[in-house]
Amino acid sequence: MVVDSAKPFPTSEPPATPTRTAKPNVPEMRPSMLEALMTAPTVYEISNLDVFYGAYKAVRGVNMTIRKNQITAFIGPSGCGKTTVLRCLNRMNDLIAGARIEGKVVYHGVDLYGPDVSATEVRRRIGMVFQKPNPFPKSIYDNIAYGPRINGVRDRKKLDEIVEKSLRGAALWDEVKDRLKSSALGMSGGQQQRLCIARTIAVEPEVVLMDEPCSALDPIATARIEELMRELKQKYTIVIVTHNMQQAARTSDCTAFYTAELDKTGQRFGQLVEYDVTAKIFSNPSDTRTENYITGRFG
Amino acid sequence: MQQLVSALDLRPRRTWRTTKNTIMTVLLGAAVVAVAIPLVLVMVSVFAKGGSILFKSFPDFLTKDIPPTRAAGPGMGPAIVGTLMITGMATLIAVPLGVMGAIYLHEYGGQSKFAQLVRFLAMVMTGVPSIVMGLFIYVVWTLNFKLQGFGGALALACLMLPIVINASEQMLKLVPNGLREASYALGATKARTVLTIVLPAASSGIVSGSLLAVARAAGETAPLLFTIGATRVLNTSLFHGDDTALSARIFENAKEAVANAQERGWGAALALVLLTFTLTVVARVITAFATRRK
Repeated sequence: MVVDSAKPFPTSEPPATPTRTAKPNVPEMRPSMLEALMTAPTVYEISNLDVFYGAYKAVRGVNMTIRKNQITAFIGPSGCGKTTVLRCLNRMNDLIAGARIEGKVVYHGVDLYGPDVSATEVRRRIGMVFQKPNPFPKSIYDNIAYGPRINGVRDRKKLDEIVEKSLRGAALWDEVKDRLKSSALGMSGGQQQRLCIARTIAVEPEVVLMDEPCSALDPIATARIEELMRELKQKYTIVIVTHNMQQAARTSDCTAFYTAELDKTGQRFGQLVEYDVTAKIFSNPSDTRTENYITGRFG
Repeated sequence: MQQLVSALDLRPRRTWRTTKNTIMTVLLGAAVVAVAIPLVLVMVSVFAKGGSILFKSFPDFLTKDIPPTRAAGPGMGPAIVGTLMITGMATLIAVPLGVMGAIYLHEYGGQSKFAQLVRFLAMVMTGVPSIVMGLFIYVVWTLNFKLQGFGGALALACLMLPIVINASEQMLKLVPNGLREASYALGATKARTVLTIVLPAASSGIVSGSLLAVARAAGETAPLLFTIGATRVLNTSLFHGDDTALSARIFENAKEAVANAQERGWGAALALVLLTFTLTVVARVITAFATRRK
């Protein structure tokens, strides 16, 4: 499934040399599993998405379908537009002055950038976890309760329940249950990031977007968050941007590979090269650029 | 053992670089001393000359009415009450307006033409001499409503406003954008994000900035000269009759050629210093307490 129509599958180029270096391991997939992946209900239908920052067209011509209860990974080198596309999925880019899009981002049949769509309503349903853990300078309890309180939950007992459920969901409850009233800023980086995940799932979103959630964490904290993601996908649809290809291979169901290219005027722009089930991307990619990237030969 | 020591010489070496370091350290130390000298001298002379009357007749000096200029004896009560009321009213006007202005400038206005104009005007206003503010209030307020404490409060509020706006905007700039994004990502509206996340995070800085403005206003004399009038008896109304303030009393007493008046002037100066100091400490303690509880 090659998405980039401008550059068709480069059959004329010589095949990649067989001496492949460290390619991430992905479990073998039986055809029935592949079938199940490709037929899951659609959550996002992105068509011909261009993203502009002012006059600069940063990301060009993205087409992809994101499916329900799957983990979709965005990989690619820095500056290739992964985060930019991710931030279009809950209209976070609206907050950047001069950012706008062309094309369509359709979420459950509704155009997210349609005239009657409120960005606040969109973000209520589509949560986001950021690269840097960003807990509010409040207590652990108040961090989790912030979202439910926005939605009008005032009842103390109900809030207590939500806080416990969310912290359990983020595998953090046992570590913090005795100090819910203490400041979230006193936690370790890994705990803070799990707190941010707990805060996101406290409002029961339909989709959780994660922007390099493990880049500031050590391998143990990363493993916990990956485990958490696999649990969360039973209930939520997850889209994750990552620089760690092993992570994409380990956790995701589908992977989208982006690159940065130069256009005729010499401007850098990001584009989607290939989007497929993870097992295929990491074992038998259709595009040589994907092949080169995942085997560690960039270009 | 002996060989090892001679092979690895880790003793500090004297080079041009270390010499430069020493020279600069001495220069910086000298600058600190030079800055501290006037500050210490001011404090020493205020305590030495004002201390005698303030502490000898304590607490009469702080509570009694002001005696006639040439008479001896304590009494600054009306001026202390006047300073507290006038500065307090000015704070009530300037701080909410200034903080709201700063929120508009930083969170809503951004780089729009109007916001830039307001920001520029606030900057220019910081540099306007305080006596000009006094004149302005004299023309638009005092000529219509007679001399009263409220006119002085308005003049001081005009002085404080740009300081509060600038300080608060700087503090809002320091709030990490990640916090705003986190709030928006949970579906919060802009107003809610500003009220529940941004303002609390910036509160201690905003309080410090406002305090600076209060301290500055409490010591201003020029804007009060033609707005509040003068009185030697207690006036507890900001809207009826002449009022007085510590700074105005310092000015009145210092220009007299009578020792009794001059002594009272120094006493008033010390009272003003102590008042500002107390306000600062109290506000700091309150903010420290408020932020720790979160």
